[in-house]
Amino acid sequence: MTASSSEDLVASDSDAEPGRSTTPAALSAVEVIAVDKVFNPGTPKHVDALADINLTIQRGEFVSLIGPSGCGKSTLLRIIADLLQASTGRVLVNGKRAHQARLDQDYGMAFQQSGLFEWRTVERNIELPLELKGWDRSRRRARSREMLALVKLEEFATAMPWQLSGGMQQRVAIARALASNPQLLLMDEPFGALDEMTREHMQTELLRICNDTGTTVVFVTHSIPEAVYLADRVVVMSPRPGRITGIVEVGLGRIRSEHTREASTFFESVTEVREALRGGEMADNARGIEDR
Amino acid sequence: MSLDRARYIAVRIVPPLVFGAVLVGLWQWWVVAFDIKPFIIPRPTDIVRQFSSGFDFVRRASTVTGVNAFVGLVCGAVAGFALAVLTNRFKLVSELANPLAVTMAAIPAVVIVGVLNNMYALDSQLGRRIMVTMSVFFIVFVQVTKGLRQNDPTQIELMRSYAASPRQTLAKVRMPNTMPYLFTAISTAAPIAVIIALVSEYFGGTQDGLGTKIAGALNGRNKALGFAYVLGGSIVGLLFFAGSSLLEYVVVPWRRRRESR
Repeated sequence: MTASSSEDLVASDSDAEPGRSTTPAALSAVEVIAVDKVFNPGTPKHVDALADINLTIQRGEFVSLIGPSGCGKSTLLRIIADLLQASTGRVLVNGKRAHQARLDQDYGMAFQQSGLFEWRTVERNIELPLELKGWDRSRRRARSREMLALVKLEEFATAMPWQLSGGMQQRVAIARALASNPQLLLMDEPFGALDEMTREHMQTELLRICNDTGTTVVFVTHSIPEAVYLADRVVVMSPRPGRITGIVEVGLGRIRSEHTREASTFFESVTEVREALRGGEMADNARGIEDR
Repeated sequence: MSLDRARYIAVRIVPPLVFGAVLVGLWQWWVVAFDIKPFIIPRPTDIVRQFSSGFDFVRRASTVTGVNAFVGLVCGAVAGFALAVLTNRFKLVSELANPLAVTMAAIPAVVIVGVLNNMYALDSQLGRRIMVTMSVFFIVFVQVTKGLRQNDPTQIELMRSYAASPRQTLAKVRMPNTMPYLFTAISTAAPIAVIIALVSEYFGGTQDGLGTKIAGALNGRNKALGFAYVLGGSIVGLLFFAGSSLLEYVVVPWRRRRESR
């Protein structure tokens, strides 16, 4: 809960083995170990996107990734999802290599664009990942009904995506991401394109869904209040090359409501994240002097 | 609902009909007022008279040309679509097929029809159908290739996150995304197919289609009959366009809805 949590992070990884004998690696949902990412190495378009990322996310935890645009937070999420490969380092999801986790569909994913398939009805959108897993039709249908109930869109099962508002489309996208019952949900600014009112409503809905299902969430955002409102921990990243400059523990507990947004603890955490973001920029300017 | 329909008719159907009627009226007035001789430009009324009195002849010739165009349209669309999918899926096919498709489009149609007519029996329609196929093929191939590349990146990332195979991604995402392009191509190609079928009759072969009838009648004195055959050709072309639009409306409903919003 202190601003010095970046040291906790370094400590938890450097002397991991003795310190974590009671919590074996298999229990953590995501483990990112010494990951660097370089795009187009050795060419004029060379970009250092991520540097020395170490992060452990426990099962059931909600973690927000925040940082200025271009800091590589989406890149980090895609590396966890095995949609991109780390240049160096290792990523474990549910104790497996990220690649294996993707093949096993261990996670669900949602993006800023809902990415709904406009030629499929809402329920058939939700059923697509199940179809690819080889579930039979009746089992798929039963599951999609369940998911629609979870996101409170039962009456839109046979609607087409264009008949839904932006917020409803994102709810369908979340239902689809959760359809195969993954323990991990990876989200890349899923509410970024929504208006403020819808956005706050969706945040509350997301927390309810995650509490109902016990899903672990990694949530990329560039909104400080959103990061704080949703997360147990906010991971703050510096501008390129992205490094983790701080981790803010949010002491709001699991049950949050609209009142949470007016709580003093909420504002304290917002301030803490803001300062960590500023600190990240300063550290970036002074890089090489204050290196780990 | 009925108000909507009334408005639709008033806005979308009446103006083009009025415009067309005005143009035909102007034509009639011009031919009469300036005393244009009927063997230069016939009167619309004479054309209509020839069309109705010789309707069976026009219909028979239109059927010959129409069937040629239709067979070519279907074969060309199937071939163009299939090859575009194959080139998207396999790099080697794409390296072989792309130059071939472009080359085919660059060959003047006239040459090919001449060669094809020599290859097949005199009473065969095959040469003409192959000609139409080749023209349609190129239009469909180019559009579908484009469509296969225009994908929502989020949808593709989602499919990767589902560990979908390339074949599954093709079937579930790329193909449906391509349908609007396919039907745009078919709507574009349909009237062209009629024109190619008609023109390719000018280069030998049987004398039973619209092309040879138009050429024959326009060379003779009865220009109005020639124009009656032209009218037959226009009707076939319009039917083709309407048919392909209807097909698009039925097969790609999501596009229709999105555009009408």
